[in-house]
Amino acid sequence: MAFEYAPAPESRAVVDIAPSYGLFIDGEFREASDGKVFKTVSPSTEEVLSEVAQASAEDVDAAVKAARKAFEKWSALPGAERAKYLFRIARIIQERSRELAVLETLDNGKPIKETRDADLPLVAAHFFYYAGWADKLDHAGFGANPRPLGVAGQVIPWNFPLLMLAWKIAPALAAGNTVVLKPAETTPLSALFFADICRQAGLPKGVVNILTGDGSTGAALVAHDGIDKVAFTGSTGVGKQIARTVAGTDKKLTLELGGKGANIVFDDAPIDQAVEGIVNGIFFNQGQVCCAGSRLLVQESIQDELLDALKRRMSTLRVGDPLDKNTDVGAINSAEQLARITALADSGEAEGAERWAPACELPGAGYWFAPTLFTNVTQAHRIAREEIFGPVLSVLTFRTPAEAVAKANNSQYGLSAGIWTEKGSRMLAVASKLRAGVVWANTFNKFDPTSPFGGFKESGFGREGGRHGLEAYLDV
Amino acid sequence: MRYARRYAHPVTMPTVPSHGNEAAERLASMADVTASDGALRRFLHGLPGVDPVGLEARAAALGTRSIKTTAKAYAIDLAISMIDLTTLEGADTPGKVRALCAKALNPDPTDRETPRTAAICVYPDMVATAAEALRGSDVKVASVATAFPAGRAALPVKLADTADAVAAGADEIDMVIDRGAFLAGRYLSVFEEIKAVKEACRRQDGTAARLKVIFETGELSTYDNIRRASWLGMLAGADFIKTSTGKVAVNATPANTLLMLEAVRDFRATTGVQVGVKPAGGIRTTKDAMKFLVLVNETVGEEWLSNEWFRFGASSLLNDLLMQRQKLSTGRYSGPDYVTVD
Repeated sequence: MAFEYAPAPESRAVVDIAPSYGLFIDGEFREASDGKVFKTVSPSTEEVLSEVAQASAEDVDAAVKAARKAFEKWSALPGAERAKYLFRIARIIQERSRELAVLETLDNGKPIKETRDADLPLVAAHFFYYAGWADKLDHAGFGANPRPLGVAGQVIPWNFPLLMLAWKIAPALAAGNTVVLKPAETTPLSALFFADICRQAGLPKGVVNILTGDGSTGAALVAHDGIDKVAFTGSTGVGKQIARTVAGTDKKLTLELGGKGANIVFDDAPIDQAVEGIVNGIFFNQGQVCCAGSRLLVQESIQDELLDALKRRMSTLRVGDPLDKNTDVGAINSAEQLARITALADSGEAEGAERWAPACELPGAGYWFAPTLFTNVTQAHRIAREEIFGPVLSVLTFRTPAEAVAKANNSQYGLSAGIWTEKGSRMLAVASKLRAGVVWANTFNKFDPTSPFGGFKESGFGREGGRHGLEAYLDV
Repeated sequence: MRYARRYAHPVTMPTVPSHGNEAAERLASMADVTASDGALRRFLHGLPGVDPVGLEARAAALGTRSIKTTAKAYAIDLAISMIDLTTLEGADTPGKVRALCAKALNPDPTDRETPRTAAICVYPDMVATAAEALRGSDVKVASVATAFPAGRAALPVKLADTADAVAAGADEIDMVIDRGAFLAGRYLSVFEEIKAVKEACRRQDGTAARLKVIFETGELSTYDNIRRASWLGMLAGADFIKTSTGKVAVNATPANTLLMLEAVRDFRATTGVQVGVKPAGGIRTTKDAMKFLVLVNETVGEEWLSNEWFRFGASSLLNDLLMQRQKLSTGRYSGPDYVTVD
C-alpha cells in the first residue's frame, strides 16, 4: 500500500479579491482615464480573478506628476524617517504574508510552498534590509550625502511579482526617490495589494504609484519625459527596446534580462545534493526564473549515474494544484508562455535531442507543462542557446574544467552559473573564470537581500540587492 | 469514524528477499573492496561526498510536507507498527519488561484494532523475560548487544553477549560499532567485527537473528563518516543500519536518516541487497514520525514502507501516536491519562 498524501489545500478564505481594481495614483485608487480594463486569470484554472484598469498615456502622465510632486518632500525627509516607513511596510508584509502568499499563488500559478517559504520571506527581508540603509547612505561608499535621482519608472515581470516589486521599490525609496511601477499584465494583483499596504503604512501620497496595464503602458512610462530613472526586469527583447527609448536622454537605466544559466557538475560533486540543486535550479518556479540553471553541464564520466539519479528524483516531483501545500511544480503563468515553452521544446526534439519527462498527470484546465529533460544536447541546439523560461533542462557534457568554463561562457547571456564539486580549489578557480553575475557553489537559486544580483552581456547591466543596489538609485 | 483498518499491521507484507542468489553473487564480486584495509579505505573514501547544507536543506524541505486526514491515519498506523518499543535502563526489571511487552501487544486497550509495535528492544539479560511475554505473537524481541552502548569491550565479550541474547530468544540483535576504531581509520577492524557478530547471530537450526548495526552517528559527527559507515556496515552484512543508541547528545535527525536512506537505496542498486534503516533516539512526536515516513516515501519509496525495512527506535513516541490516533477517530484530543503509562 503506497503512502499517498491526501489533498492539503491552503485556504483561499484568507484573501479577499475585489471584482475590480483601479490604478493607484497619488495615494488613491482611480479608474483609467479612458475607462479601459482587462481581466487577470488564475493560470492553474483559467478562472477570472478580477478586472483591473488599463493605464493610458494620460494616466502615466498623472502618475509621474504625482511622483514628482511627492519627491520634493520625500527626498528631503531625514533618512531615519524614510526608514520608519520602510520598516513599517516590511512588518505589514510579514503580518499579511499568508494572505499575500495565497494571492500570489492564485495570480501567478506558482506553488504555495514557494510563495510561503521563498517569495514572501524574501520580500519582507528586502524591505527590512533597505530600511536599514536609509539613514546610512553617507556610509555606502558613494561619498558624503549622496542624492536621489528623482522619479523612477519601474517595469517588472510576472515570474516573481511581489519580489520583483520589492527589489525595485525598497532601494528606490530608501535612497529618497519616488516611483511609478508597472506590474506585469498577467500578475497585477499583488502590486495592487502592495498599494493598500502603502496606505496602511501611512506612506505619503504619490511616493508609490502603481499602474496596471500591458506593454503599451510600460512603453509610455519609460518614454515619459518626467522620469529620471528606468529600471526594468524582463525579456532581453523588451530590454533592448527600452535601451533604444532612453538612449540620448539623461535617464539612468538598469536592465535585468534573460539568462541561460550553466549548472556545472564535476565528477567529484556531492551527487545527491547536486541532484537537488539541479532540480531546484530548473524546476523552482516552473523554470520561469531568469537565473534558472537551464543548461546542465555534466562531466561525461559521471553522466549516466547522474542522469539516473536525476530522473529518479524528477519522478517524485508533485505537479498540480498550486494551492496544495504538497505541490512542488505549479502552473505555467500564461497561455502565451506555455506556447513558447512548447515550441522551444519541440524544436529540441526536431533538432535531434532526446526528450524525457516523468509520468505525471497534468490537470485539464489551466496552463501546464511537465518537468522535462533533454539529453544529447549540443551547443548547436536552440534549446542550448535560447532562454526557454520553463521547466525544461538541456543536458550537455564536458571532459575537462577548461571545457566546462568555455561551454558555460559560450552564451549570449551571463546571469547565473552553478558549480558542484567537493574540491574547494576547483570551485574558486572555475568561479573566477565564469562570466556570470551570480555564481553559486554547491547550491543554486539562493537569494538574499544583502547580495547583489545582475548580469553580464545580454543579461543586462546594473545590480540589484546589497550595497551595490543603492547605486542604481543614487546620483553618483 | 474509524480509519485505516486495511492498513493495519503490515508485518506480513511480502518483501524483497534480502539475499537472493544473484545478490549474493554481486556482493561476492565486491569482495575485493574489503580485501585489505587499504582497499576498503580507498573504496569508502571514493564514495561521493556529502554537502551538509544541501543535505539538511533537503531533509528540512521534506519536513514541510502536509500529511492530513487519510494520509495521516495511514501514517500513524504504519508508524506504530514500525516501533521497536524500547527500555534500556539500568533499572529495568522483569516487571517493567513484561509491562512493556503487554503494551506492545495491545498498545491501546480501548481499541483492539490498533496495530502492534514491531518489536520490544531490551538488554540481553531481559530477552528471556520478553520472549516469554511475547510468545505466540508476531512482535519480535530485539536485544542490544556487543557491550552496548559504548561498545568498549574485547571482541570475545561482545560475541558472547550476542550469542547469549540469541540463545535466550532474541529475533534481532542491535549491535554497536567500534567508533574508536572507525575514527582511528581502522575500517577493516570494524568490518571484521561486524562480520563476527553477524556470525554470532546464527542459531543452531541454521536460522539467524537479524542484525541491526548502530553507528552512533552523533559520535561519527560528519555526514561523510555516516555515509562511509553505512556502506561499511552493509558490506559486512548488516540487515539494518541504525543511527544511534539514544544515549548520546545527538541521535536520529532527519538529515542523518535521509543520508542513510540514500545509502541503502544506492547499496541495493549496486548489489541487489535490500537493507533496512532504523532511526533511534529523539523521535517523540507524531509530527516527527510523519517527517521520517515522508523521508522514506520520497527517498526509497514503497518497498521500504513496512516494518520489515524501517523501524523507529523509540519509547515515548508510541503514546503520542496513540493520542493522535484517538483524536483522528473521535475528533477530540483526549490527554495523557487516556493512554497507558508503563
